[in-house]
Amino acid sequence: MKFIFDLHKTMLENNLILVYEGEFTQEITKSVLAMAERNMDSIGEESSTKRKVFNVMVECLQNIVKHGEDEANKQAIFMIGKENEQYVITSGNPIRNEFVEGLKSKLEEINSLDKEGLKSLYKEIIKNTSISDKGGAGLGFVDMARKSGQELAYDFKPLDDAYSFFSLKTCIRRA
Amino acid sequence: MNIINLEGTEDTPKILLDKDNGIFEISGRSLPEDSQGFYQPILDWIGEYENAANPKTEFVFKLEYFNTASSKLILDVLSALEEIEGTVIHWYYLEDDEDMQEAGEEFSELVDLEFEFKEY
Repeated sequence: MKFIFDLHKTMLENNLILVYEGEFTQEITKSVLAMAERNMDSIGEESSTKRKVFNVMVECLQNIVKHGEDEANKQAIFMIGKENEQYVITSGNPIRNEFVEGLKSKLEEINSLDKEGLKSLYKEIIKNTSISDKGGAGLGFVDMARKSGQELAYDFKPLDDAYSFFSLKTCIRRA
Repeated sequence: MNIINLEGTEDTPKILLDKDNGIFEISGRSLPEDSQGFYQPILDWIGEYENAANPKTEFVFKLEYFNTASSKLILDVLSALEEIEGTVIHWYYLEDDEDMQEAGEEFSELVDLEFEFKEY
């Protein structure tokens, strides 16, 4: 029974207001969004902050859903932390090793750009990619970086020959 | 011409496309699981409308939120409307929603259409 208390303590220490672990679907996305919205409403969060957090949550959750045909993606994690100064939206999911380099360079590119650079990249992607392009060529990440106004933090931890665990953290300053 | 009248849900926008009454509106939240599937009938409708368009088409976007997958389809809707003479886009955004205002401005830079911006 000790793990209950340990988990509870970990959540408190990391200011986590919501943790979901398991399979990701559109229905679950909607439930998670509704819970987080209710939580922000109940503390009277600024609407501009609420909208940005909602925005980042959607892109983060739908990213996982979109690639969810992969069996390994049934074990993903999504968390929201609420600190005094900011919200922290984190996700973690296994991805195939062959996608690691591409994803890494995309995130590096995004982090190297300023506000204007992100805006032009966004416009370029939206103009030139078809919707059937499953990854959306990283449009979701660009949007997350724009809404955050800060770099996206990420990490890839090798799991085995086939998979790595991809962690992503986005912060939204509270207005 | 048939009317498209879809009630909004927590992840799909309200759609009203009514040629006879001159009402063209997309409003609410847009984060469908399958954005292409959701917007295709709208694109088809606009394609058909183009053949017998009203002299003026005042197309209202009053979105509270849309995800990046929807943004591509919104651009497709706007591109389809580019073909229709006398189209004006009325882009609504909430008073303090700078992101939605900016999103509209970016769309207006990507297509050759008249945009009117309106706070509500």
